[in-house]
Amino acid sequence: MKIALSILLTAILTENFVLCKFLGICPFLGVSKKLNTAVGMSAAVIFVMALATAVTYPINKYLLVANGLDYLQTIVFILVIAALVQLVELILKKFMPPLYNALGIYLPLITTNCAVLGVVLLNITKEYNFVQSMLNSVGAGIGFMLAMVIFSGVRSRLEGADIPKFLQGLPIVLIAASIVSLSFMGFTGLVDGIFA
Amino acid sequence: MNPILLAVIIVAAIGLIAGLGLSIASKVFAVPVDEKAEKIRECLPGANCGACGFSGCDGYAAALSKGETTETALCAPGGNDTAKAIGEITGLAAGEVKPTAAVVLCQGHNVNATTKLEYQGVQSCRMASQIFGGPKDCIYGCIGFGDCVEACQYDAISICDGIARINPYMCKACKMCVKTCPKGLIEMMPLEEIKAAVLCKNHDKGAVTRKECTAGCIGCMKCVKECEFGAVTIDRFCAKVDYDKCTGCGKCHEVCPVGAIDLVQLLKA
Repeated sequence: MKIALSILLTAILTENFVLCKFLGICPFLGVSKKLNTAVGMSAAVIFVMALATAVTYPINKYLLVANGLDYLQTIVFILVIAALVQLVELILKKFMPPLYNALGIYLPLITTNCAVLGVVLLNITKEYNFVQSMLNSVGAGIGFMLAMVIFSGVRSRLEGADIPKFLQGLPIVLIAASIVSLSFMGFTGLVDGIFA
Repeated sequence: MNPILLAVIIVAAIGLIAGLGLSIASKVFAVPVDEKAEKIRECLPGANCGACGFSGCDGYAAALSKGETTETALCAPGGNDTAKAIGEITGLAAGEVKPTAAVVLCQGHNVNATTKLEYQGVQSCRMASQIFGGPKDCIYGCIGFGDCVEACQYDAISICDGIARINPYMCKACKMCVKTCPKGLIEMMPLEEIKAAVLCKNHDKGAVTRKECTAGCIGCMKCVKECEFGAVTIDRFCAKVDYDKCTGCGKCHEVCPVGAIDLVQLLKA
């Protein structure tokens, strides 16, 4: 229980994928303009991360590691995740049109997102078992959502701010992102402190 | 077995399984696409302006194809050509789009209107209107920071002497500016016909209006009395013209003591 909670909190706060590991920056900057699109994107990320981990874990353990082909992890995972998300998209379109419309373009957008690939590869480097891997993935997804929601708030404030001309647009967004990221550095050591 | 061969076989096998699975799934889970909606969508200009009242061009096409609406003439940017094309696809009678263009109903430019404060904040009408109703004395008038200029996808609007002006040649009647203006000053007017237009939205009493802007409607009722067709009405000290009743005779324009009523003829090239 203690380990589970520690993995979850680590993934959400101290090792936040976007703000501490700098993975998945593209959707972080691209879709954080409005709160509802940010939440929609994050929901899709959580879903795909959990699904990708559930599928890649057995493939890695019984197909790659068993045959001594660890070095193929990256390419096989990209292949599997992309195919998987396409399949999920087809199924959702057929059976759950409302959910499909809600996730919309975000689902295909994240098929090859580095955050999704990152989480499955990190699960392996950290030598997590299946349950721990799932927890880590869901935690990473929630962390992504947290970052997106916080940043969409920051960006809505930016819209009303008097920004110097040379900083308008992407420059000020990048600066704001780095400040939010700095604030997350404050969580360093938090989880170790709680569960020490 | 040769490790390289094994690796190739495994990756190829996974690729093959994924490919086959996806192609089977795309057949099994195929959703019939509404061909009619696709065709209608191709006729629409794709501006996604929302002038039709639906959520973009896709929304309008879907509603037409499902029979939720039988109005083929809702697309203002597309005009009559689009209405005709939609009519051919759906078999509905092609309605006629009454051509309109947007007009800013304010003459409070820098000479006519006085200011009450020097505004140095964000150059946006939406922001400025929250501080004492804007920098001008008249809280109903055009602020002139050009939120509508930003909203216009067709570069039809420009700021001229502190108020927005719309070029009818460029206006596609998408109503984006109408939705954007925080003062609600922009309205649609029929094209090509001569109509009288009250270029003021000031609802203050006459004496107050006088101090705020030299071109403001003071609600004196002269135009109401002069109009033979009952097209002019006064609502809270500001005149309004019903463009359906107005014949463009110009009598209201002649009697107006402040010059708030003008004869407008919007022309397309």
